[in-house]
Parts: sequence; C-alpha cells; structure tokens
Amino acid sequence: MISKQEVQHIAKLARLSMTEEEEEKFAKELSSILDYVEKLKKADVSEVEAISHPFEIENVVRKDEERSDKKKSDNKRLVEMAPENKDGYVKVKSIF
Amino acid sequence: MNILELTISQINQGLKKKEFSAVDLCKAHLKEVRERDKEIFSFLSLNEDSALSQAKEVDDLIKADQEISPLAGVPCAIKDNILIKDLKCTAGSKILENYIAPYDATVIKKLKKQKAIFLGKTNLDEFAMGSSTENSAFGPTHNPNDLTRVPGGSSGGSAAAVAANMSCYSLGSDTGGSIRLPASFCGVIGLKPTYGSVSRYGLIAFASSLDQIGPFAKTVEDCKIVFDAIKGEDEMDSTSVPLKDENLKFKIENLKIGVPKEYFVKGIDPEVEKIIKGAIKKYEEAGAKIEEVSLPNTEYALPAYYIISPSEASANLARFDGIKYGYSESKKNSLMDVYLESRGKGFGPEVRRRIMIGTYALSSGYYEAHYLRAEKVRNLIKNDFEKVFSRVDVLMAPVSPFLPFKIGERIQDPLSMYLVDIYTVSINLAGLPALSLPVGKVGSLPIGLQIIGKPFQEDMILETARFFENNKK
Repeated sequence: MISKQEVQHIAKLARLSMTEEEEEKFAKELSSILDYVEKLKKADVSEVEAISHPFEIENVVRKDEERSDKKKSDNKRLVEMAPENKDGYVKVKSIF
Repeated sequence: MNILELTISQINQGLKKKEFSAVDLCKAHLKEVRERDKEIFSFLSLNEDSALSQAKEVDDLIKADQEISPLAGVPCAIKDNILIKDLKCTAGSKILENYIAPYDATVIKKLKKQKAIFLGKTNLDEFAMGSSTENSAFGPTHNPNDLTRVPGGSSGGSAAAVAANMSCYSLGSDTGGSIRLPASFCGVIGLKPTYGSVSRYGLIAFASSLDQIGPFAKTVEDCKIVFDAIKGEDEMDSTSVPLKDENLKFKIENLKIGVPKEYFVKGIDPEVEKIIKGAIKKYEEAGAKIEEVSLPNTEYALPAYYIISPSEASANLARFDGIKYGYSESKKNSLMDVYLESRGKGFGPEVRRRIMIGTYALSSGYYEAHYLRAEKVRNLIKNDFEKVFSRVDVLMAPVSPFLPFKIGERIQDPLSMYLVDIYTVSINLAGLPALSLPVGKVGSLPIGLQIIGKPFQEDMILETARFFENNKK
C-alpha cells in the first residue's frame, strides 16, 4: 500500500504538480498496480543476469565534427521553439 | 472498381496504366476522410495541400514516362508520434499540442524518397501509452467495425484509417502491443518488426529498449512492401542493425508451428480461443507440423513490462520540462514551479501514472527490488523464447484474450486495461518480430492471430501469414 505521503514524495521527484484529490486517487491506483507487480518476487532469478536490451549491442560513436546535413538555421529554429528565448539562447528562471 | 479498396501494387499498376491519377486517388481518400472520419476520428490533422502537390509531382513523373517506385502516389497515414518535418506532431498530448516537427523521422525520409503521399497524422493514446486510444488528449478513436467500441491502442488511429479505407496503409509504433492490438481489433494486418530492424530516429520515445515502428496494411503483400521500404540500419539510431537477406524458401509442409500453452489459459474469451484454434487447424490440415510448447515465465511478462516500460518512460519524458519546447507554465516565479506546473498540467492521467510508477521503481531503495528484478525476469522470458525457437519456426497465439471492448469499459480501471496486453508484451521484452493477421470474426468484431518469429525473420512470419490469406475461402 502506497501512502499519500509517498505519492507526494514521488510526485516531487517526478516534477509533477498534483491536487489533493489526485494524490488520493494515485495512492489507490499505484497500490493496485504495485500489488500486481509483486508477482515478480515469485520468479527465480538466482541464476540469471539483468538485461536492458533484447540483443547485445555496442556503443556506436562518430567523429566529433560538424555534420554537413545540419545547418546553422536549424539551431536557430530549435532555440526559437523554447517558450522563452532571447538572443539565440534558451531563457531559464534564476535558480538562486 | 472502388479506388479506395486498392492494394499498393494495384495502385502502382493503375497509375502506370493511367487508369487514374495520383491526384484523383489522393482526392478520393481525402473526401472519404472528410465524410467518414467525423464518426471514427482516426486523424488528428490533415495534410491536404502538400499531399495534393506531392501527388501532382507523381503524376508529372508518369506523364514524362519516368519510372516510379512501388509506393509513389500511394496515400498513407502516419501515427502522430512520428515526425514529419514542418507538420504538427502532438503525440496525442496537450504538452505537444502546438509542436511543429523540425525534422523528418528516418522512416519518413525513406517514404519521401519513394514519393509516398502523407494524408495526415493519426490519433493515439497519449505518448503511445494505452490499449484503446482513449488516452488521447484530443478524444477517442472509434472502431470502424462497431463505433461503440475501441479500435485498440495505442496506434488506434492508424489501424482504423486503414480498416475504413481512408488510407491505403499506415505506420504505427509498438512498445507492448500498440501495432498488433489495434490491427487485431480493427481487422487489418499489423507488423511489429524485430527490435533494431527499423530506425527509431524521429519517433517520440516512450520506452527506448522496446519501441519499434511498423506498418498497418490491408494485405500481407502490402505489409511487406512497406516494411521493406522503412527497414534498415541508420546512423541516427545506434540500435538499428544491418539486415541480411533471408533468402527464404517457404514450404507449408516444412513449417513447424509452436503453440504456447500459457497463451490459452483461463481468462481468454472462448470465442477468441475457438477462432484462433480454428486458424491453427488450417495450417495443420495443409501439412504444417503443430507442436504444443511451453514458455514457463509467461506469467511474469506483464508485471516485468509494467516496471520496465514506465521506468524508461519516466526517464524519456523528463525532457518535457516547460523550458525547451512544448506546453509551458512559464509565468511561474520559480524554476521548480515551471517544472511542476508545466508537467502536471501538460501530461494526461495515464502518462502521469506511468511516470509515477517509473519514478517509484527507479528510486533509491526500490531500484533492486523492482527495476533490477524486472530486468532479470526479462532475461528469463528471452531464454524461454530461445529454447522453443530451437524446435519450431514460428509461434502462434491470440493477440489479445479479449474482443474489442466498449469505449469507457476499462478506462476507469488502469489494471484491467493493462491486462489487454497480456499476450503481446513478452514479444517486446524479447525483441522479436510479430504480426497480427485477421483470421475471423465474432459478429462484426475481427480477431487477429499473432504470428511470432525468430529475430530478424520478418519474411518467415509474413510468408506464414500469406499462406492463410491465399487459402481463405
């Protein structure tokens, strides 16, 4: 069972605002989902490694150089997609 | 001849013989969308002007007696989590309601090279999280076979558009069944390729170790044409791999079909079971060998999936911060409030639920018990498949234990919605290719047979499906 306090803690970690009513609803729903995944405890995983991908894959790297298919105007467009931007920079609230 | 019912190769022939023009074809589809989509709601946005000018270009090539590629002039629909440059891409979310894609996904680049016609973008569960398309921030899609029912999800709009002949084919994405389930519920063919067969570049990420883009089509042949057009290694997706030609010589007498007993247990709708078993019987009568097999860790697939996919989603969706792009409550005073309010108001209930589950499973103190354990279970599931695939060529099972359900029937109970995917999620955990093939109906409601293959053996499952299609009465 997940408490309302735990929901508040996770919501803050996840950066999600929530009304009190929603906190109660989430507490109930998350509890039933987490009860369901408890099933995993029954699986015998003593002799098996964890995998994060279905197949073994290797890192792929490229040379750190400018790509010919990207234009300066693309950068401008990306910055201008930010809700607040100024002089080619993304504007962020002061953090102090 | 109904121009809306043509397959890809019929369109290609018709265009070359000048029986109709690409503009006529495009106009006919757009007209059908305007008329029928009022009640189905497959499309979130239409791309009329540029679709018509793309079609005109194809007509000009034909007039000039130039060669055209198989997909040239063929109208298609694209799930709205795949980027088409300069078109809106919402992912079914309020947080991306006004987002205009700044570049093309690799699959779109490939289709553009073939001069495909993009009719528009299709509806989906928000960020592809759901099994009914009811989680779209813009309203649910209705099943064309019965408007009171869901089309399945999350690629419900793409499946419904093809089922209702509003589009010749379409693209969707599949993280835990999001192509196969709507293909089954709508009665079209849907293919989830092997993880790595198709580039994910330009697909809005949900769970990156599970996501794959794949086609919906009316026939197996069409499905293969589209898959062949979009597959292949891409330098923009480090998980995509170079593909070898399978050189397949398919013979039904040589086919060994495994039927996993864990997929036919209590909880399956008896009518679904009857139709699926009937379809498998047809293969047996034609000479294929049928063997009951066991995938003993099947019961852990869904709980493992509901730890792994939300965990990856919670990390992927961290980029939506109200600062870089998308919906923003930027008038707030502090940075923390911009984060909290932009995300709290921008994401819908199911997306927030999954972010919460993922954040919980990855948080300190729970990581080993939940996330790490789920990734070990993932290996058990993968091993189960490897074992049975040393004995059989393909596996056959239902796509879902349920018939298409009523709109509103499951949406209030998240867990009952998750159970709809019980037969599809293991395939994503193991990275395998699988498709849904329509093999029967209960009343007006279609049922899909799931054919699962070995890694990178898409041609094998497509040929297996084609055999059924060719031998239908």
